Amino acid sequence: MADEIRVEVARYRPDKDREPGWQEYDVPLRTDWTVLDALNHVKNEVDSTLAFRWSCRMGICGSCGMNVQGEPRLSCATFLTDYAPGPVRVEPLANFPVVRDLVVDIDDFLEKLPRVKPWIIRDEEKSVDDGEYLQSPEELEAYQQFSMCINCMLCYAACPVYGLDPDFVGPAAIALAERYDLDSRDQGARQRLDVLIEAEGVYGCTFVGECTRVCPKHVDPAGAIQRYKLKAAQESVKAFLLPRAFR
Amino acid sequence: MKFRIEPFVWLAFSGGGVLAALFMPVLAFLFALAFPLGWIDPPSHDHLDAIVSNPLTFLVLFGLFVVMLVHAAHRFRYTLYDGLQIKHRVLVGTLCYGAVLVGAFACLQFLGGATQ
Repeated sequence: MADEIRVEVARYRPDKDREPGWQEYDVPLRTDWTVLDALNHVKNEVDSTLAFRWSCRMGICGSCGMNVQGEPRLSCATFLTDYAPGPVRVEPLANFPVVRDLVVDIDDFLEKLPRVKPWIIRDEEKSVDDGEYLQSPEELEAYQQFSMCINCMLCYAACPVYGLDPDFVGPAAIALAERYDLDSRDQGARQRLDVLIEAEGVYGCTFVGECTRVCPKHVDPAGAIQRYKLKAAQESVKAFLLPRAFR
Repeated sequence: MKFRIEPFVWLAFSGGGVLAALFMPVLAFLFALAFPLGWIDPPSHDHLDAIVSNPLTFLVLFGLFVVMLVHAAHRFRYTLYDGLQIKHRVLVGTLCYGAVLVGAFACLQFLGGATQ
């Protein structure tokens, strides 16, 4: 195995560059080094002006999402040896405006996420004296898969619908809406449905499935969206056919 | 709850996709391969005519064709809008779902003619 691998990094410094360009760095090729390790090596040893986000280095925080060789990946979970002998291209996440180098502007996602109210909503809160909300293992299992989302936004970078129509609420937000709808403690499904039944909600999705393919936590946002479509359709038919008392 | 047309269109699209996947291969196998090539003895014309003339068959076939047309129109709408980037939502929708109305009318004519 070669001692080094070439990493081609997308650079954009708004104070200097008129448009994004590429810069090449040769970094040590070690079996235990990830793309994030390579970027940190560049930042610490070669070029301190390189900008990128990262935090936990263990696939939990969701900060270090980047397009590696054209594919949205968590750079802390993507090993350099998978791309040997190289070169390996590292770009900012697609479908987001670039702030600087590999840092993207996530304001759009942060604005959309609270729209689907991803928290437990109760018609009436129990008092602390009434004790905790108990849940059976089966009730936990119903939503657990969707609760694994770490908001890394790889699904947004992979979603061609979001790329074409930035108004689309997007995969992670809908998966999180489904996570709370399926939670036995939650009573806010109707409020979320009113948001997601709109044109930019679930019916904007054309079920390409890339979101599920790239999800590092195996959340299956495409599955969540399909479930939500069916739920919204069932509720719409009920609202259309049944008297109010039977809905 | 807000009334939106999209859930109903999606239900028809979904149902049409399922029905097309279930029935089209069977019909294509029977009428395009098995009967013409003599693998299976074909039913007589009178027998088929009697089946299609039944009002229940009319209803089933008409429903089947309409939801399959909606399925095709819905796919084609997104092919035009997202695939070919024809960014005229109302025009594309009108053309695609308008074609469903024309197709449904044609089905009525053909099936209605068969039930005379």
